[in-house]
Order: sequence, then C-alpha cells, then structure tokens
Amino acid sequence: MRMSDWETLSDAALVDRLQRGAFSYFIDYANGDNGLVADTSRPESPCSIAVVGFALSSYPIAVESNWIARGEAVQRTLATLRFFMQSAQGEQEDATGYKGFYYHFLDMRSGRRVWQCELSLVDTSLLIAGVLTAAAFFDGDGDEIEIRELADAMYRRIDWRWAQAGQVTLAQGWKPGCGFLHYGWEGYNEATLLYVLALGSPTHPLSDDAFAGWTMTYQWENMLGRDVLYSGPLFTHYFSHAWIDFRGIRDRFMREKNCDYFENSVRAIATHREYGARNPRGFVGYDRNFWGITAGDGPTGEEKPMDFRDRRFFGYMSRGIPFGPDDGTISPWAMLAALPFDAEAALVGTRQLLQRYPQTCSSDRFSSGFNPSLTNDGTAWLSEGCYGLDQGLLVMMIDNAQRGLAWKVMRENAYVRAGLGRAGFSGGWLGA
Amino acid sequence: MNMVSDTAPVVYSNDADVLEYLRPPQWTNPLPRAEYDLVIVGAGPGGIAAAERAIELGASVALVERHWLGGNSLNVGSVPSKALIYTGSLCSDLRMAAYFFRPVDVDAVADFSAVVSRLQGLRARIAEYHSADRLARAGVDVYFGHARFLEGQRVAVDGTRLAFRKALVVTGARPRQPDIEGLESTGYRTSTDVFDLEAVAERIAVIGGGPLGCELAQAFCRLGSNVTIIQNDPKFLPREERDAAEIMSRSMARDGVQIRLNTTVVGARMNNGAKTLDMLNNDQKSSLDADEILLSVGRVPNVDDLALEKCDVAWRKDHGIVIDEFLCSTNPRIYAAGDVCMSHKFTHVAKFTAIMAVENALLDARHDHRELIVPWCTFSDPEVAHVGTQVWEAKQQGIPLTTYTVPMQDVDRAIIDAQDTGFVKIHVRDGTDQILGATIVASRASEMINEVTVAMKAGIGLRELAGVLHIYPSQAEAMHMAALAYVRAQPG
Repeated sequence: MRMSDWETLSDAALVDRLQRGAFSYFIDYANGDNGLVADTSRPESPCSIAVVGFALSSYPIAVESNWIARGEAVQRTLATLRFFMQSAQGEQEDATGYKGFYYHFLDMRSGRRVWQCELSLVDTSLLIAGVLTAAAFFDGDGDEIEIRELADAMYRRIDWRWAQAGQVTLAQGWKPGCGFLHYGWEGYNEATLLYVLALGSPTHPLSDDAFAGWTMTYQWENMLGRDVLYSGPLFTHYFSHAWIDFRGIRDRFMREKNCDYFENSVRAIATHREYGARNPRGFVGYDRNFWGITAGDGPTGEEKPMDFRDRRFFGYMSRGIPFGPDDGTISPWAMLAALPFDAEAALVGTRQLLQRYPQTCSSDRFSSGFNPSLTNDGTAWLSEGCYGLDQGLLVMMIDNAQRGLAWKVMRENAYVRAGLGRAGFSGGWLGA
Repeated sequence: MNMVSDTAPVVYSNDADVLEYLRPPQWTNPLPRAEYDLVIVGAGPGGIAAAERAIELGASVALVERHWLGGNSLNVGSVPSKALIYTGSLCSDLRMAAYFFRPVDVDAVADFSAVVSRLQGLRARIAEYHSADRLARAGVDVYFGHARFLEGQRVAVDGTRLAFRKALVVTGARPRQPDIEGLESTGYRTSTDVFDLEAVAERIAVIGGGPLGCELAQAFCRLGSNVTIIQNDPKFLPREERDAAEIMSRSMARDGVQIRLNTTVVGARMNNGAKTLDMLNNDQKSSLDADEILLSVGRVPNVDDLALEKCDVAWRKDHGIVIDEFLCSTNPRIYAAGDVCMSHKFTHVAKFTAIMAVENALLDARHDHRELIVPWCTFSDPEVAHVGTQVWEAKQQGIPLTTYTVPMQDVDRAIIDAQDTGFVKIHVRDGTDQILGATIVASRASEMINEVTVAMKAGIGLRELAGVLHIYPSQAEAMHMAALAYVRAQPG
C-alpha cells in the first residue's frame, strides 16, 4: 500500500481495504482441489490446518461482503470438508490425522503430514471452529446440506477425552513415535476455544474438571497500571475471541474478578500500549501507538550490543510483554486486529505504522514481522511475504468489530453453548 | 569422580587448613559420658546449629560426624558453588567493563587453578567457625565415625556406645543417581565432586535443570566451558512459576548455554574419548559429546545406613525420616531436622529446623515446622527467589488472590546497574492486603526476598509496606512500588 493511497481513505474505507487484502490471501494460496491453505506465502509452504480454519470462517464473511459468490464459497468449503472427512486417519506416520484430530502441517497436494509435525490439539480446534462457522452460515439446500453433515461428522469424530490422556488438562499434541507431548501449557493462553469446543462435544467430551484444572494455572496480575489475566503474547488475547463473543459472559474465575475475557483483552491491549510507551529496552519505533508484540516471524542471530544489553534475535517466536522475549520485533497486523476491543488504539496505531513504515503492508497485506531496530544499509528488517494466520485473524477481527458474523453464529451453536456451560460460563447472551 | 554411588563429600586433600578444622587428622574421640542429654547425628549446618543451641540451653551434647564437619553446604554445596558463581560473574562483568575501559580482554580465559584456590581459601575461612576445636571448646563432645542406632536409647559410633536422653538426626542428603544406562561406565560428576575439577572442561553436559543444575551450567559457561543443559521437563526450575523459569532459560541461553528442554537422557557411552549422551526429545533422537557429565537431578536423604529400624524410627527412601509437625520421629525420643526429613532441602531450613527440634526435644517446646515461612533462591543471574505460597497452591486451597507485579525494568536502581531483567511479584489475598507469597527474579533476589519474608512473618500487609520508606535508589524499591500499586488499586 502506498502512502498516498491510504491517507485519503476514511477509517472505514481503510479497514475495508485491509480486510479485503487479507482475505485475498485465501484466494491466492488455497488449493482449490482439497481446500488446503498454505501456512505462508513463501514457495513450497505446507498447509497449516489452523489457517484452513480461518479460511473456512472467512469465506462467509467474503460472501456477506460480496467479495466472492456464495456458490464459490460453498465449493471451497465443500472441497475442504470432503478432504478432511475422507483423508487418512490413523497411527501411520504420514496420515492426515488421528482420533479426529489433524496434524499441524500437511502437504498442500497430498494432504499428508509433513515435517514430522505434531497432531495438534489447538490447531485442530481452530480448524474445527472454522468448520462449525461454515456449517452455521451455509444453511441452505443442496451442497450446503452436505457442508452441515460433514461438519457435524468431523466435530463428533474428535476424541477430546483421549487427548486428556488420563490427566485433568489437555496435552498440546501427540506424535505417533512417542505419544503425547509434554510441553508445558501453564497460565492463560489461546486455549479457551479449545477447551470450550472439547467440553461441548456430545460424543467424546472432556471430563468435568478439565477447564477448572486449566484455570488453576491462571495468574491475575496488577501490572503496568491495571489488573489483567496475564499472558505475554498479544495473540493469546485474540484467537479465541475470533469465534466466541466473550462480552458479558463469565466463568467462575472472571466472576471472582468482576471482569470478562473480552474486557481482559481490552486491558491486555492497554498494557501492550503502555509497554510500548515505556519502551524499557529502547527499541526503535516503540511508543504508545507502535506495539503488537506477539507470535510471529522475526530476525535471527545476534547483534553486537551497543549498551551491553541482550541483543539476540529470536526468529519465529512467541514474543510477549513485559518479560519478553522482546527483540524489537512487532507484528504489523496485530494493532489492527485489536479493532473489536479498542478501535481507537487499532486505528491510530495502524495509521501511524503505515505512515512511518509503509513497507510493512504490501499488496494490502501486512507482513508477519518487522524490526526497525535491526537495519541493513538503512533498511529495517521485514519478514518476507505474509502468514495465513495473520491474514485470517485480521479478516475475522475486523468483521467482529463491524458485523460479528462468527460471533453471531457461534452464539447460536449448540456445541459452543454446551461447552461454555460446562466450563462454567453464564450471564450475558448465555443467560443465567 | 563418581564411578559408583558415593555419599562421602570430597574435601581437597591438599587443603590442610580445612582438614585441620573439619576433620583433624590427630583427632581422638572423647570418652563418652554415661548419658548425653542430646546426641546429634550429623554435623552439617543443622547439626552444628543444634549443638550450639543445646549447649546454650545447658545440655550435655555429643555430635557425631561420619565425614567432615560442615556437611554438604560448606564442603560441596552452598559455599563452593556460590564461590564458583561469583567468579563466573566476574567473567560476565569483564565483558561489560570492556565498554568503559581500555584495554580489556573480553576473551580472557579463566585461570581455573586460581578459581579453585580462592574457593579453598573461602572454605578454610568459613570452616574455622565450624571447627572441631571450636565446638569442643564450647563443650560439645565431637565424635568422628559412622553412627548406627541401637535398641534402647543408644547410638554406636564405630566401637563406642553413646547413651542419650534425646537424639537428633540431621544427616542431610546426597545427590540422586538416575538410572541411565551406561552412565556408570562413562563416569560422571555430581555436586559432591564437581568442585575438585582441576581445569575448565571444554565441554560439559549438565543433566538436570533444577536450581543447582542451572547455577552450575551458567557458572561453568561463564568460566569458559561449552555447556549444554538437559532437562526432562518442559521448563527449568519446576518449583517456580512459568515466567521465572522462562527468564532463567533465556538468561542461560544469552550466556551461551545450549538448552535442551523436554529432553531425556536415555543412555551414555564412550565414543572416541568423549562421553556421549543419547537423548530423546519426544520422538527426536540426538547425541551429545562431552568431556564431563554433571548430574544434578535432585537429592535423596541419608537414612539408609543408620539402623533407624532398631529404634522404631520410620523412614522412606525418597522422603527420609517420617516426622510429625514438631519434628519428632515415630520414636518420641528421636527427632530429625534438615534435608533428612524436610522437602525443602536448604541450608537455612536445616539450621532453623534443627534449632526448633532441639528446643522441642529439650524444652518440650511446640515449634511446628509447618508454620515456617521458607524463602529460597536459585543463585543464577538473575537470581530466582520465592517465599510462601505459589499461585497454583493458593488456588488449590480456594484462596482468591491478585499478584502485584513490578518489572525490574521499571526500577531505577536496576536500570542504573544494568540489572533490569526480572520482576517482583507479590501475591496478595483478595479483599485484604495479606501477603501470601512472592517470587522475585532479580540480580539481588536472594537479598530482596528477605524483606517479603519479614513482612509475612510479622503480618505486615502491602498497605503497611507502602508506608515504609525505602532507600532510593535501591532494587528493593521494587517491593515498595508493588505496595504502592496495591494502594492505588485498593484505595482506602
């Protein structure tokens, strides 16, 4: 996007343009035969099942926005669901999934597991959230009936209880060679959606104590001037909110704290802005309107420090505040994704970004990472291409700030309502 | 070097001063009294503290030590490890000094013999305070030998029998030996003998990411070794909260330590003169060559050769002597304290509980060890200290709480000192200003945590702490900032 283009646009027009630019990723990087969508725009990128979940959620938004015809969206969705329903499930190393879950990364053509990646619980939940969104939106006859049938079958097939592995809380993943992975998953993060979907299953739900077991690891902290359910990376305050409207509904934890998860994201965004303003590590660019420290691409290596500070760069990393890791890299899309929570912060930050660093947005799509503290011949480091997760989240969050399509259909989804209920949520649109 | 399990601390054989203080070569055990008010088995920090307290109370005391006075802490634990950490920190400071002084050789190599020499000197100086002569002059009958309990109220020290009115077992703990195939053949070191290295090993593999493993990994890395630390768990310092463990991990990586989390050592073998560890990270196999392997996978209590069963003292191999809240064993005349019975295996806990046990045993006091507020610290850079309740523990007890967090990057003195990595987190019970616990990650966390401990013990809440003047600039000001944040959040 050139500066002269956007400066004359109204906020609404700017946002629409960036949303459509983000959505076009799914047109450019999807395999029409099987519905798989590339993880990144880089050559030979495999499919990320999470990106497919965002794509499935974005097609209805594109239909409503008249970017694609309903029939095209139906065919894209149907191809995707048929593939996932029919692809190989089993313990073999190159299957597409197992127990109804799917491997994180798949070959774009064959749909088989690549990179010896893990059977991913959270990424399956992002995929299935997209599947359920599509099923709710496509409520017509003909092919749309098949969409609903496939979606229901996919959801019911997932054996969430198996993924509990006899424990109270969920593992992060599983591999055929070693079983469940033992990565720590302590504290609040993006897993709320996963727990809600897993608790709402009519076939293989989690045990009653699972959600309480997870929330046991939460930390409610007063930091940088406000009380917040702490999680360092910004995306953890976004992902579950792409599908679930947390305004006014509360679980036991939030009832105790007289807050809700939506308000918590508002506060988390404020802490990120405050961190940007304080800029404790003295990074170039940081201020109250330059923030967005989250998971994303970044530079690697080490720079000789000028002030004996730690100047390592972390590559693709989940970055967070205030404890780090922070190497001066922000994710340029992250400010605009705050639109449902704090429109002023999102718009002021995005406009300032485009003014100061227009290179962060190319072909109306934001890069995954940008580090103005690291320059080469005067050029700040910029992640090549773009990532599907970032684009999908932007499409959905902008829509949630305006139309709220995903929020609306998920509010009416019986599985989601059941999952929220079993997690202890009540009030607001859920009722008492 | 450990080829087999060895419970004996190694004291440098050429360190005559230390030997003279801690196990005098010419020492002759005293003639025993007909009965001692208190026989103490184990003369580590707990045993010595107990003996000194018992003498103050006018009791007749026998103190039995199998190896060296001072125990692990002085000989192979806190003292030598912190001496090594201090020297390692100088290497780090040297690199920082290079920004301000010319010339400074940032590639300077540690003179390990000088490092060891200082370490020995420190031990000798501290050992003097714990010497056999000094204890004897104070009225303690010091016995060197292997103590075994007999039926009735007696302890055999080699051929000598000591009758007691009360006994206290403070035999401590030793490094745990994991069952790793091939490790006995390759050889390895533990905290027991790592301090008698004569040169900086080029490659060190540290197995275990608990406090001591992290401390030594960072220290040896700073002294010039290529260090890899291997941890079974997904995070270091399993007893600490996620943020503390992650800062610890990044700090070690910053210094150059190679990090292997979620990784299990499944075998060890010799390979072209190197000690090769075979590792498994989920389904990923890998190998690592090292010149030295350092094991640090926890400690087990020294209970299994004391013949405790002869006097009806129950014990378990992993947990040690079974005690009640007053540190009394299943034999009402025999008490225990320190590592041999406590889950918190720290020198300060050993000394404190030993004194409590003495007063319970001799004065019929009712000191309850469960009421102790126990601070602890990992002496890494930054240090990681904790006291009181962890958040998850409070939640398990149904206690709602809020954590008041101050990043060290907001503390002026930390900024000035270029020590602004870390945080102060103080956990407060909701609806009150009662401090339930705190975690501090800071360069001086071991000192700062004491303020929180005092506040907790004295019942000083965050509101009252907000009214306490703190020196500016000081890193302890972070506690005051947390207190002020509380007052702002909970006015009135």
